[in-house]
Amino acid sequence: MTEDPSVTKPAELSCPICTEVVYAGEDFCEACGHRLNEDAPSPPPEGFSPPPREGLTMKTTPSARTAGHEAASSRACTGCGQKAIDADGYCEHCGLRQPAERDHIEIELPGPGTGPGGDGAAKAPAAAGASDRGKRYSRNEDAIALAVHAQGVAAVVCDGVGSSPHPDDASRAAADTGVAELVALLEAGEDPESATRAAALRAAEAVAALAPSPSESPSCTYVSAVTGPGSVTVGWIGDSRAYWLSPSPDGGAATEAGTESGGGGEGDDGPDTAEFALSEDTEDVTELGPPRQLTDDDSWAAIMVAQGALTEAEAEAHPNAHVITAWLGADADEIRPHVRTFTPGGPGTLLVCSDGLWNYFPAAEDLAALLTGPAGDPAGDPLGTARTLVQHALNAGGRDNVTVAVIPFPGAAPLPTPSTEHDR
Amino acid sequence: MSEQPQFTIRVDQNKFLPEGGREVHAIVSVESTGGPPTAARPAAAAAEVIIIDTSGSMSYPDAKLHAAIAAAQAAIDTLRDGVNFAVVSGANSASMVFPAQPALVPADANSRAMAKRELSRLKAQGGTAIGSWLRLADQLFDAHQHGIRHAILLTDGKNQHESAEELDAVLARCTGRFVCDCRGIGTDWEVAELRKVSSALLGSVGLVADPRDLVADFQAMTEDAMGKAVADVSLRVWTPQTAKLRFVKQVMPSVEDLTARRTESGPQAGDYPLGAWGTESRDYHICVEVPAGEVGKELRAAWAKLVVPGGPGRPEQVLATGNVLALWTDDEVQSTRINPRVAHYTGQTELDSAIQEGLQARKDGDLDTATARLGRAVVLADEVGNEAITTLLRKMVDVVDLATGTVRLKKNVDKADEMSLDTTSSKTVRTRKGEG
Repeated sequence: MTEDPSVTKPAELSCPICTEVVYAGEDFCEACGHRLNEDAPSPPPEGFSPPPREGLTMKTTPSARTAGHEAASSRACTGCGQKAIDADGYCEHCGLRQPAERDHIEIELPGPGTGPGGDGAAKAPAAAGASDRGKRYSRNEDAIALAVHAQGVAAVVCDGVGSSPHPDDASRAAADTGVAELVALLEAGEDPESATRAAALRAAEAVAALAPSPSESPSCTYVSAVTGPGSVTVGWIGDSRAYWLSPSPDGGAATEAGTESGGGGEGDDGPDTAEFALSEDTEDVTELGPPRQLTDDDSWAAIMVAQGALTEAEAEAHPNAHVITAWLGADADEIRPHVRTFTPGGPGTLLVCSDGLWNYFPAAEDLAALLTGPAGDPAGDPLGTARTLVQHALNAGGRDNVTVAVIPFPGAAPLPTPSTEHDR
Repeated sequence: MSEQPQFTIRVDQNKFLPEGGREVHAIVSVESTGGPPTAARPAAAAAEVIIIDTSGSMSYPDAKLHAAIAAAQAAIDTLRDGVNFAVVSGANSASMVFPAQPALVPADANSRAMAKRELSRLKAQGGTAIGSWLRLADQLFDAHQHGIRHAILLTDGKNQHESAEELDAVLARCTGRFVCDCRGIGTDWEVAELRKVSSALLGSVGLVADPRDLVADFQAMTEDAMGKAVADVSLRVWTPQTAKLRFVKQVMPSVEDLTARRTESGPQAGDYPLGAWGTESRDYHICVEVPAGEVGKELRAAWAKLVVPGGPGRPEQVLATGNVLALWTDDEVQSTRINPRVAHYTGQTELDSAIQEGLQARKDGDLDTATARLGRAVVLADEVGNEAITTLLRKMVDVVDLATGTVRLKKNVDKADEMSLDTTSSKTVRTRKGEG
């Protein structure tokens, strides 16, 4: 069957507590044990519209699906489980304020051939992302968007600039515009680097358009990643980052023997700390081996380190460490996205994240080390990996919004055709 | 039914709790706007009963009875046309002054004149049985339970001719049936006794030391009653099932603990009666104990709603709501900040207690406790900027050192000054001097 894997058809039934897929007739959620509705599980609430484009599957928290008030009574409290959420978003039983749509978001991008009602042998998802408000901020000003394109995956993570008005709107606009443009340009035959640059500029325009006046400019950072056959292209403005994480040579992570040139390129190319492309794009293509950071922050700290004025540790401890020198917004200087393309020498994971994660784990090796253990299967369960990384940041303090996108590389074979979104 | 005035609820609090924090405090301010009745918004139906003590002591001196009659006449002149009213005289039992039959009659030029004439014929004779007076008033209000229901009670003596139990039984019956402002004239009455009546009937208590002041006082009370636009307002407080409502206190215009007045009104919700409202604002201090939450978690610790009955056969109406929140944080700067209004009213509640305890100790002959508590009251009154109370306190004590609250009890204190402090201790001020 060439069932369309997108979710434009009615959504699967899911557990109101943990969102795990459940089936009619089950009394308890297999994942979290929550007692399911005695009646037939409720259909997707009104107001839950399918994602705007195929392949862009939003797998969000239960509350996120029911942001509309009309569906309020069908929600279950994330604290006590009672279905008594009032129109203001508080539980009428225990008083807990329910997470806002963006407080905790999880996205899973289905791999080719995955689909509800399929033969059950679902293939691994193409990518996944998770975003969390953290423990200190009252709202999540990060945004994430993921989509598949004909040749691979496109991901954008944006972090609203806290000192600007409505930074959450800025990041949302930038991420949505960025991914939509990336996919459109790539599928129009644009090469990944020019698509990355053009998409970033379009995202910048979208953010600048939000400003009601020059003195009120919603602003955000921007980082995009595009995978294609044998290559990875990243683009950024600000201090959100992309990393390449690969299994350590002595094993530990899942192996994917048989695909491409397994294990090759090890030791080829260490983290290139001398390479600080603060204003110029690097046009050379670098081969990827061990874990490394792929982006260089547009930040005061990065400039200090690049100039040799401060060590990395000194810069990070400085009060100015989080001052960024480039951003999207009506008050920004000319937007000049940095773009780089890499050639992975073997399988690995592309991680795109906001500073809510890398503040705690700035080194690529440390991030890679987090992928051992139960969440050590980014290729098979990218959402599990994304969740785990977010949880590590929360456990470490969660002082900022945390957002991660996890894109396994090389990933499953690309979709045969990207335009199968038709009801039959 | 006339259009409802506009009500707003504002909540002042520091919603941030430290890790493990459980106690949530908030000042809930209820304000109604709308101004005096207009053609578009006609006045609410209203009923008024004036109760005058005519026990024998009212003619010692004669000026008391004369002042009471003049004050009641002034009150009658203040009634709007159409307000249903009656005048009752109280002694060992209650009797109708006007009209002759136990009923209310609408105010007009004729009924006012007749009532005033009947008042001028009153003679003082017999004892004091306040419960029986209230029982008659309650009976008079019976046919007028929709609309504003207000009584004025004036007495000059102790409730000697019925038992405390009898009075308590009448108060229990009358609670919620009408609002009663109580006034004591002279110094032979019992503040605590009259406060019990006014408190149960959601009214005020006051001392009128000089009979000549009575006319103005009655006029003011009646004007205030005529300004009420809506009767039987309740504060409904919802709390989470896992929470415990520690207290609900009115803290402005006076301290009144409402905690025990709760009537259950739904799942996890109770109503606290507030009486009638005009164009005014009152503040309430709510304290809720919640289970400790994780850092980052936000709880609605209480949900305050202003509720009025909808009239015959109509559902009740919620006129305003406000959230009391709890948000746990590991940021000590946020969690240790005390909301200034919570602190201000906490200080005035403590001031009221300090005065009451101090006066009681003084009566009991425990002068050490009296000195300590009244000394504390001097400090608190200064801190919260309650100048009326500061003035009264200084008639009771000589302040040796304000900073430490060191005071000496005065030897000779005018009984009226002591009673005045007693009736004023719960009166609060909105802001400290120099603020707001």
